[in-house]
Amino acid sequence: MTPFTVVAGLAIALDAANIDTDQILPARFLRKPRSAGYQNFLFHDLRRHDPGFPLNRTQPAILVAAENFGCGSSREGAVYALVDAGIRCVIAPSFGDIFASNASKNGLLTIVLPAAQTAALRAMLPAELRVDLPNQTLRLPDGRDIGFAIEPFRKHCLVEGLDDIGITLQHQADIAAFQAEDGRRRPWMVPARGNAR
Amino acid sequence: MRPPERSPLDDMTHQPAAPRTLFDKIWDQHAILTREDGTTLLWIDRHFVHEGSFHGFAMLDHAGRVVVRPDLTFAFADHYVPSRQRGLPIRDPEIAAMIDMLTANAGRHGIELMGLADPRQGIVHVVGPEQGLTLPGLTVVCGDSHTSSHGAFGALGFGIGASEVSHVLATQTLWQRRPKTLRITVAGSLGPHIAAKDVILSVIGHIGAAGAAGHVIEYAGSAIRGLDMEGRLTVCNMSIEAGARAGMVAPDDTTFAWIEGRAMAPKGQRFAAAVEAWRHLRTDPDARFDRELAIDAATIAPTATWGTSPETALPIDAHIPDPAAEPDAARRARLREQLDYMALEPGRTLAGVPIDRVFIGSCTNGRLSDLRAAAAVLRGRRSAVPGLVVAGSQPVKREAEAEGLDRVFREAGLEWGEPGCSMCVGINGDIVPPGQRCASTSNRNFQGRQGPGARTHLMSPAMVAAAALRGQITDVRSCA
Repeated sequence: MTPFTVVAGLAIALDAANIDTDQILPARFLRKPRSAGYQNFLFHDLRRHDPGFPLNRTQPAILVAAENFGCGSSREGAVYALVDAGIRCVIAPSFGDIFASNASKNGLLTIVLPAAQTAALRAMLPAELRVDLPNQTLRLPDGRDIGFAIEPFRKHCLVEGLDDIGITLQHQADIAAFQAEDGRRRPWMVPARGNAR
Repeated sequence: MRPPERSPLDDMTHQPAAPRTLFDKIWDQHAILTREDGTTLLWIDRHFVHEGSFHGFAMLDHAGRVVVRPDLTFAFADHYVPSRQRGLPIRDPEIAAMIDMLTANAGRHGIELMGLADPRQGIVHVVGPEQGLTLPGLTVVCGDSHTSSHGAFGALGFGIGASEVSHVLATQTLWQRRPKTLRITVAGSLGPHIAAKDVILSVIGHIGAAGAAGHVIEYAGSAIRGLDMEGRLTVCNMSIEAGARAGMVAPDDTTFAWIEGRAMAPKGQRFAAAVEAWRHLRTDPDARFDRELAIDAATIAPTATWGTSPETALPIDAHIPDPAAEPDAARRARLREQLDYMALEPGRTLAGVPIDRVFIGSCTNGRLSDLRAAAAVLRGRRSAVPGLVVAGSQPVKREAEAEGLDRVFREAGLEWGEPGCSMCVGINGDIVPPGQRCASTSNRNFQGRQGPGARTHLMSPAMVAAAALRGQITDVRSCA
């Protein structure tokens, strides 16, 4: 995964709330392999329906959206489409939980800012923004820096570009100990096969 | 009575006597370790994969990793399976390849597959419970957001993306932040012809599409307790449409009776021991939730959505909002956009909106009781519009046919398809033509969800049947 440290680039506004992952990547493209170029499917139907859709005119690195961006389906392809189109960061008052998790696994930074702040920010766009993840600051078009919060573990993985399976496998002893105890505590957890007792 | 079972980690994170919610108990029992920032490595008891999980397998292969617990992993052919002509080769090569890839991945990794020709085949969220794989107190994950369904059994079920699918395949664990808790109490009795779907649509209408973001919902109260397992599955299924991480109902005798005897559920002494443990899976009387919401069951009417988010659910006698009356500019724009897409006049009543077709099925409403509810309205009558009825699984289809429900639907002029996700997500080729309006028992009315340009109104199976009879959105109480 591409490490995320400092990203400066064009930011554009998406004003609608509840942009679901069906809009970001319509379901009929889910069968495509990653090599097909998911950027071609990003907001496919919205872009075709509305020639004025911002992504038809510009190639932003940052999106500033409204409430509940990425709600709905768990499809990680929605994140692939954004990342493959060169988008590195999405700022919104809230995100679909699964989307935000998928984003962090693919080097796409999601920043949560209060609704009033994101609305004010959207009103300044399009413009250049600079995101500094190590210092957790966002430079606004007027030159001011504002801070943002992020979970330390998520930040660590993004900054280092880490594959978290590798991290998990370092805890194999803990996992094995858990399984041994759990097997005694919940022997009924394992599915009965065939006509087992 | 034995004290609740606890993880050794509990003593470090909780006062011994601290009252806990149902969610807390399951979380604590599955926490392998917790980092300083609260991120927890959770043990996963069940991992369900489907055709769409191919990215997760590709990542696993790319990293040269193996499936660490194939005995806890199950594969289901559901998203892309054809609704017609199951005996014939699939015409679309990309769709055929999706099913072949699942078969190959399951075979290569030693994962039990409920594939296209399996007598158990069907939608993962129908088949998992049906086969006794979903049990109280388990953690259940799947690369599908409607995995929240499994919470109906008092399990912690949630959807994950492809990277997390790969992580679970490789480690049988997941890193998670502890979500907040929200209890929604629906007290009182539901009125005649009010279904579980009306309950959950009302909840989403109340709290909004992001109303439960970052939270796990526990549904409680006499109206929830009074639902059968299929109704509880419908409610928990759509928790994600309120933004929730998961939804759950504490297990009770209704749950245990439903599970007993299912193919892969514990048997004999193991079942007895399991029930003993499951009886502790309920929220302690003084446990605190981060948020609480109460809804009076008697106020819930037959409900349908008008817009392109499930949060646009309204009682059948309500009027569609008028943007002119909305003071907030952003919300006004959002209302206009939805009215335009849906081709609806502001301020008109929901009842009477003409429809072009119906769909009955999905992981939300594709179970036997759903088909019975729709058939009860349609029996001996003709649908005014075409439509498709798809059972959630082969066992549901067989039981429905044994009761003659397939004949009721066919005689009404509707098509009786083969089990799968079908027109809920539209990726097996079952789509609503552009510009057409569909009354649907599915879970999402997003723009283009049932096909590009399709217009979806979500409602209960009985309400869809009523809409079919009249060719327009109709209060089922007027035609039952």
